[in-house]
Amino acid sequence: MSIIIVDHLVKRYGDFEAVKGISFQVDKGEVFGFLGPNGAGKSTTIKILCTLLTMTSGKALLNGYDVNREPLKVRQSIGLVFQDYSLDDRLTAEENLYFHGMLYNVPRALLKERMEQVLAMVELTERRKDLVRNFSGGMKRRLEIARGLLHHPQVLFLDEPTIGLDPQTRSAIWEHVLRLRDELGITVFMTTHYMEEAEHCDRIAIIDHGEIVALDAPKALKEDIGGDMVTVTTTNNKQLAEEIRQRYGIPVVEDGTVLRMEVEDGASFVPRLAVDFAGMITSVSVHEPTLDDVFLKTTGRAIRDELLDEKERFRQRRLGRRRGR
Amino acid sequence: MLESVLKTIYVIWYRELIRFFREKSQWAGMIMQPTLYLTFVGTGIASAMTFRQAPGGTPVDYMTFIYPGIIGMSVLFTSMFSGISIIWDREFGFLKEILVAPVPRWAISVGKALGIGTIVSFQGTILLILSPFAGLSLTLWTALKVLPICALVGFAIGLLGISIAGRMESMQGFQLISNFLTMPMFFLSGAMFPLHSAPQWLQVLMVIDPLTYGVDALRNAIYAGIPEAQAILQHSIAYDLSIVGLFSIVTAATGVTAFNRQG
Ligand SMILES: Nc1ncnc2c1ncn2[C@@H]1O[C@H](COP(=O)(O)OP(=O)(O)OP(=O)(O)O)[C@@H](O)[C@H]1O
Ligand SMILES: [Mg+2]
Repeated sequence: MSIIIVDHLVKRYGDFEAVKGISFQVDKGEVFGFLGPNGAGKSTTIKILCTLLTMTSGKALLNGYDVNREPLKVRQSIGLVFQDYSLDDRLTAEENLYFHGMLYNVPRALLKERMEQVLAMVELTERRKDLVRNFSGGMKRRLEIARGLLHHPQVLFLDEPTIGLDPQTRSAIWEHVLRLRDELGITVFMTTHYMEEAEHCDRIAIIDHGEIVALDAPKALKEDIGGDMVTVTTTNNKQLAEEIRQRYGIPVVEDGTVLRMEVEDGASFVPRLAVDFAGMITSVSVHEPTLDDVFLKTTGRAIRDELLDEKERFRQRRLGRRRGR
Repeated sequence: MLESVLKTIYVIWYRELIRFFREKSQWAGMIMQPTLYLTFVGTGIASAMTFRQAPGGTPVDYMTFIYPGIIGMSVLFTSMFSGISIIWDREFGFLKEILVAPVPRWAISVGKALGIGTIVSFQGTILLILSPFAGLSLTLWTALKVLPICALVGFAIGLLGISIAGRMESMQGFQLISNFLTMPMFFLSGAMFPLHSAPQWLQVLMVIDPLTYGVDALRNAIYAGIPEAQAILQHSIAYDLSIVGLFSIVTAATGVTAFNRQG
């Protein structure tokens, strides 16, 4: 059963088409991921599904409710962690949760219990009486995730939930999210830049320039690539890229300091490569395709560049906030 | 549905109060401003100008005349500028949390306006405590009449501030527009000086200034038992409150739709 149905969704900002008629469905209980570079239209799509933004054309159903016509029902069905912070940092952790619970009409007796539960889940029980403004970025994020789960939504939207968090926190958050999915059967719709996070998803859609360019289980997407990925470091990337392209007739991508190429059979390709370009190749490695490679192939860009940009942006945003105070 | 609306109104009101009482500078501003007005305008300027008599040759001194006006002024400024918290909330992302909640948006405006009304009646209390400095001795009964008037005026003007802030993107824009509205409202209300002798067109503006009735209601409440002060009253308290009530319906109509269109 599909809990989210999106049909030819279009969003235009003036002349600019940010989302270009995408269609997809998400099953109940699924962890569904949106993977895409900056400006791909991920947040825009999420905001439309959450009724925070109106679509230009198309149709979207969430939990059976039309996003345009029954916004209150849709909002009652969802929990949301925004890409940017959305806590009141003059309130304590507990007060933020209380505020949320009241807005979502969680019964009083249940609210207390749920607050304790979610605070324990994100390990903030001891800090519950502290003002959020004294929290670190990671703590704020964890609190937001706790808040998004407080009312046991049908669908939890996570827009880059773990950006800027350390790996431990990230994996802890994932543990919680997956456990909730198993225990409560909630559906998770998320966007991410982290490949290992995308691996947790049951299915991912790769979105670029407002269009879905691939949509499948991570495993299937990787298998689609077929052969092996060969990564080479050389003495002169530019020149070698061109020569390898010409000699074997395969696409070669310059990715930072390495060249990457996709070949049918790595085991037989590498010895040939080593002989043909003897002395110019400093290292070779062969691996099965990863989501990195899928991303590279479908968008023509490496996700790691995006990741760095994103981290930088995150940092600047936090600095900006502090200055703004 | 009803339960959810009531909870929304309550929790928005509650947050408004928490945030207010936690912010020390707001407290300070709230007490300092009227104190300054009372000292400098009430005593300083009045004596410098030897303008001790209230207009119309009534036997009240200038301090008696402006004291209710200063309460009105404080209520006006505090409630109008409280709208700015909406712009902060938008800037810091918290507004999204409110807007995505499954609650009707008018309830958000109402909760906020009730919060503002509560804060200004608290402010009114502090000003009543300062009344001995104005040479007045007030009864508890007076205080009980003054506070709801403050709350009503604060609610009405708070909704006006919300209507503006809900539709503005920038702090500067909000400040510009609310200054543009509060300054004339204040000066034309007769809070600081009477406009009896003002030209016709000014008197017309004064009649349509809603704060005129707020200030007059306060004077009514404060000087109820003082015969010689009756001359500075314009209307009956019932009349004043009806006009303020009507005004709050108008601002409510614009205030409750302030968030309707946005994301
Ligand atoms: N309010 C707006 N007005 C005009 N253009 C906008 C607006 N919001 C977003 N856009 C544009 O729409 C495009 C998609 O933005 P969106 O925020 O959905 O990207 P995203 O996939 O979430 O990117 P990121 O990974 O950087 O968060 C971008 O090109 C952005 O500049
Ligand atoms: Mg985004």
